[in-house]
Amino acid sequence: MFSHPPSHAWIMLLATSLAQLFCAGNAAAVDPITEGRTLYENKCGGCHSVETNRVGPHHRGVVGRRIASVPDYDYSPALKQLSGVWTPARLDLWLSGTQKLAPGSKMYLALDDADQRQLIIDYLQSISGPGGSK
Amino acid sequence: MEFRRGPTLARRSFLAHAGLVTLGAGASTLVPGRALAAATQPGDVGVIQTALALEHEGIAAYQIAGKSGLLSPGTLKLALVFLGHHQAHRDSLAKLVADAGGKPVEPKTDAQYIEELQLGSLKTEGDVVALATKLERGAASAYIGQIAALSEPKLARLFASISADEAVHWTTLNNAAGTPIPTSAYLFG
Repeated sequence: MFSHPPSHAWIMLLATSLAQLFCAGNAAAVDPITEGRTLYENKCGGCHSVETNRVGPHHRGVVGRRIASVPDYDYSPALKQLSGVWTPARLDLWLSGTQKLAPGSKMYLALDDADQRQLIIDYLQSISGPGGSK
Repeated sequence: MEFRRGPTLARRSFLAHAGLVTLGAGASTLVPGRALAAATQPGDVGVIQTALALEHEGIAAYQIAGKSGLLSPGTLKLALVFLGHHQAHRDSLAKLVADAGGKPVEPKTDAQYIEELQLGSLKTEGDVVALATKLERGAASAYIGQIAALSEPKLARLFASISADEAVHWTTLNNAAGTPIPTSAYLFG
């Protein structure tokens, strides 16, 4: 309890300290693309790479790409039956349960955490946009 | 090939000691018996085939890196131990597919693996260790991801066992590279 109204100097000091705390918090936060990349490497990196086909097809330019269209990759018949392109919404469905979207496909993953799916998709978009696509 | 002094020497020493500890571990790798093979459901064969493709890739990576001349004796010794683990995994998985009436997926050529894993860009032992660390982490996670797709609990146990092997590989390599263990839990999956 103040016996007197707080001085202007005290208010300025408090405001400055809060601003510094806010900025420090932001600086410590990991940006979503970096977080998505880490998740991608952990959850997808066993079979996929950004630049080259491996057990699975490469992912550079995947957002907006026609499904099952990477040259020189041997897709399953199940995936070839899908039409359209990989949109963020389609990728979200795919990552939610690959066998639900394309039963019999070669990929077996069901990522339940919607936030993690979104971070991975954000990362995939970052390597698919202008300058990201091959 | 000239390696950096200091941290590299420490890494070599670490890997050499780790190799002594893990030598012979391949002999105790879980090998599925006839009971498990007989229980393999048709739907599980596809999951096993994907895992088998992953093992082929790991085997090729260690074989090609082992012949590159980039690895010091201690690191090479450990790489051969890990190679043996992956070969044992491959044999278990291929047997399951064959016993279920399927044709186990074949490995690609070395040239394909060199291109796909960009092995030509590896210039130092550190590069090899970094790549192997990345592949082992991805493999450990991939097995965990695949477990939920299996219908046979004994197969799930086999996949969990293989994932644990990959996690040991990752831990050994990650420590050798001097990379801190991630502070948050659930490192794989």
